[in-house]
Amino acid sequence: MEQHAEVLTGGTWRQPVPGWRDLVATLLVLGVVILIGIGTHQMVAPFAVEHQPAISLSPAALPLYTLRTVLRMLAAMSASLFFTFTYATLAAKSRRAEMVLIPILDVLQSVPILGYLSFTVAFFVALFPGNVMGPELAAIFAIFTSQAWNMAFSFYQSLRTIPTDLDEASRSFRESGWQRFWRLEVPFAMPGLVWNMMMSMSGGWFFVVASEAIAVGDLQIALPGVGSYVAKAIAQRDLAAVGWAISAMTVAILLCDQLVFRPMVTWADKFRFEQTAAQIIPRSWVLDLFRRSGLIAAVSGPLGAAIRHGARARFSILPGRTATGLLPRGVGDALWLGLASGALAYVGWAIVRHAGSALTWDDLRTATGNGALTLARVAVLVALASLIWVPIGVAVGLRPKLTARVQPVSQFLAAFPANLLFPVAVFLIVRFRLSPGIWLCPLMILGTQWYILFNVIAGASAFPSDFREVAASFRVRPWRWWREVMLPGVFPYFVTGAITASGGAWNASIVAESVSWGSTRLTAGGLGAYIARMTEAGDYPRIALGVAVMSVLVIALNRLLWRPLYAYAERRTRLD
Amino acid sequence: MFDATSEPIIALSHIDMNFIKPSGGPLPVLAGIDVTVREGEILGLLGRSGSGKSTLLRIAGGLIKPSAGTVLYRGKPLGGPAEGIAVVFQTFALYPWLTVLENVELGLDAAGLRSDDAHRRAMSAIDLIGLDGFQSAYPRELSGGMRQRVGFARALVSDPILLLMDEPFSALDVLTAETLRTDFLDLWGAHQLATKAVLMVTHNIEEAVLMCDRILVLGANPGRIVAEIKVPLPQPRNRLDTAFHEIVDEIYAILTSRMTEAMGAQSRIHGGLVQQLPEVAATRLGGFAEALAAPPFEGRAELAQIARALTLPSNRLFPIAAALHLLEFAELEEGTIKLTAAGRVLAHSDIDGRKLLFREHLLRFVPLAAHIRQVLDERAAHAAPRERFEYELEDHLPRPEAVKTMQTAIDWARYAELFAYNDRTRTFSLDRGAA
Repeated sequence: MEQHAEVLTGGTWRQPVPGWRDLVATLLVLGVVILIGIGTHQMVAPFAVEHQPAISLSPAALPLYTLRTVLRMLAAMSASLFFTFTYATLAAKSRRAEMVLIPILDVLQSVPILGYLSFTVAFFVALFPGNVMGPELAAIFAIFTSQAWNMAFSFYQSLRTIPTDLDEASRSFRESGWQRFWRLEVPFAMPGLVWNMMMSMSGGWFFVVASEAIAVGDLQIALPGVGSYVAKAIAQRDLAAVGWAISAMTVAILLCDQLVFRPMVTWADKFRFEQTAAQIIPRSWVLDLFRRSGLIAAVSGPLGAAIRHGARARFSILPGRTATGLLPRGVGDALWLGLASGALAYVGWAIVRHAGSALTWDDLRTATGNGALTLARVAVLVALASLIWVPIGVAVGLRPKLTARVQPVSQFLAAFPANLLFPVAVFLIVRFRLSPGIWLCPLMILGTQWYILFNVIAGASAFPSDFREVAASFRVRPWRWWREVMLPGVFPYFVTGAITASGGAWNASIVAESVSWGSTRLTAGGLGAYIARMTEAGDYPRIALGVAVMSVLVIALNRLLWRPLYAYAERRTRLD
Repeated sequence: MFDATSEPIIALSHIDMNFIKPSGGPLPVLAGIDVTVREGEILGLLGRSGSGKSTLLRIAGGLIKPSAGTVLYRGKPLGGPAEGIAVVFQTFALYPWLTVLENVELGLDAAGLRSDDAHRRAMSAIDLIGLDGFQSAYPRELSGGMRQRVGFARALVSDPILLLMDEPFSALDVLTAETLRTDFLDLWGAHQLATKAVLMVTHNIEEAVLMCDRILVLGANPGRIVAEIKVPLPQPRNRLDTAFHEIVDEIYAILTSRMTEAMGAQSRIHGGLVQQLPEVAATRLGGFAEALAAPPFEGRAELAQIARALTLPSNRLFPIAAALHLLEFAELEEGTIKLTAAGRVLAHSDIDGRKLLFREHLLRFVPLAAHIRQVLDERAAHAAPRERFEYELEDHLPRPEAVKTMQTAIDWARYAELFAYNDRTRTFSLDRGAA
């Protein structure tokens, strides 16, 4: 699209003589297209739950498994984007929709992701009988639930904070709803959305692996993919196969980063709202390649023009916020809220009636007791991880050269699905006869502790150098330097990282508190183990109970601890 | 040049605009305003901040619906942003992710042109406004002056009948603003624009006299038109002209008398508690008094004259003059400012003396500060939340003005060491060392 602007304005039009750039770019494009073709073809193959193709542990089978895992991920990402554009737009544009949609989003966000899987898999399998599409969709839906909510929130927040002057400019030049969406709203939201997509992608790898080998009650499904490969390796106690899977996933994540996200971040940089030049300009060799290749420019030129033309078309999707209606505002709102709470009451009643026959007060007591145990674990783990990673993050962040080297590694580690590493840890615990109640816990935060590290690194490297120079010139003592200079400086970043780490730890508890190695089974107790056990037994009322207790705990933690902390951090570090 | 009988382009009549008070009732910001912009004229709306002039411009642009009154654009009621009306914004309001060319093309989006037509027209607008060569640049690569040129090109590209300008030069430095003003007036004077009339909001008196054929002066709380001044001078106008000076002085006189009247009126309602305080830091007042006491002014100056001597734009000068008048360190009358006896003492005191004198005047002439102090004295804990006082203000002033007034009161009280304020807890307290 960039090249197209040059073509339009005349002058720099180059004759498309194929060069090495064209060759590489074309190979890249063709390769990706062919791979997607192979993968999607297999996703619609016939399938019967009773006669599933066996998962092969041969390393030669891994590339194809990895491809399918990656495709599931990308499919879920597309679904999440579509959800974001529709759901968040509706919430931002209609006040009444907002009253209902945003609280729902808030709850959806705190439901443990693996909790969704047990409820939806039966539905999707029934939807496409005899076809692998059903279980595929169930897995994709599970990944979708790990990606969509924060993206939708970010988009909604951006739409609500569009600067008044840009909004007025858009209105005074009478842009239609469609034009405004593509010209103002999406570009304005783009930096936040891309960042959240990266976060979602990182979180998603964890669940893509966890959602391939599905076992709910009698329903046992193993979709071809890295996750199923590892599940089989665990069942057969094959440590070498686990090693192969880890390397395959590493390659896949690195490729996704280089081919998809790096170009996207670089491209999204032009949507930054600040009118000043950036300090660090993101770069991507893939994007450079594509931008400089004449052939790609010639092919993508008309495509870009078509997209622009589409974005400029004058039709209206949703009018802006208007307060016109048949009923006075107050009456309409009351009716609407009444309707919504009526529906909520009905659903609540149905659940209580249904669950009441299956559950007793004892179950609730067991679930909350387990919840308290997991809560304590999460708290201790986040505190421990902070104690370790905050000083290290600050030390790294203050050294630009080290930051450039460590930051990509920490981001990679955050993206790497830690559940692939579980078998290694479990092997060691079994081997050295360690207590599972203690030694399984670190697994919960194995994957998400890196969020603390890389956020603190980002905070320390963004710390103004004149503040540091002031501290140095007044020879501030080390203790005071930490307490009054550095910690307040990185605090908002730390809180962001800690929120993600704590949320991730809750999610991970379902797979981390109860693990197996061959026929050996280790359980640490806690709410995660409870949900995992009930899922295996196919005991739906108790899965629901466990998931509900976890959601309540997560929401309470967010409301009572993280949000106030975040607000405090924002208020305290503002200068104006 | 225009004459008063030419066709009205836009006519606003009996415009009222109310905001909602926190207690629920309407808070008027514009009351009974009639404005007619006629073909061939540049009409200026001049007023202090908070006089509702930008709101009025947005009503004319169809961006805001008035609470009452009618807006007729070329004889037909205006229902929203309309074809033929374009706006130039104070903050430029360019889309940072679009190039100059794409930003200008945005002005044509509504026309639904074919893309090569849109491109051709955008290029000619870019050419007209002196941006050629910059069409592929992004706004962040441009200086403020060039950015506002893009704002002008975007507004002019659709050949609007009516051009609305919301303080278009106030975000630019003096020299850049002057260049852009002159360039615009040249285009306008040479009839190179399809535009038939311009409505412009400004707080800069000289700018208004330099550009406008007619100036409407707005008074605040609620905003209404207090004077209409015709500027019959031919273009290009010379700032050093006697006739030019006379008009500038006349406007200064109108604005000061409005200001003193408004301050007098405010001190009579509610025991003066809802008096709007000018947005100026206490430390500036002493410095200004010192300059006024020194030669060549010797304690008395015309506002226009001291504005030029100290190179203070009128929107910065007025709050200082108003504050000195309010605290009775100076008297404002017919565009002149004269130090009172207390004002002379203030000018010649050292820091501690100034603070003491300031504190005394603050207690006597700013009932809000005295009231807060009294409440703090009466309470056993000597502390009170800010909301309590701000809420009262918001019942009589629009929220931004109420917040600004509170900020000024806090600044003055801190300077006078009358009471302390903790922004984290948003509470006032009596100063006991730590503040």
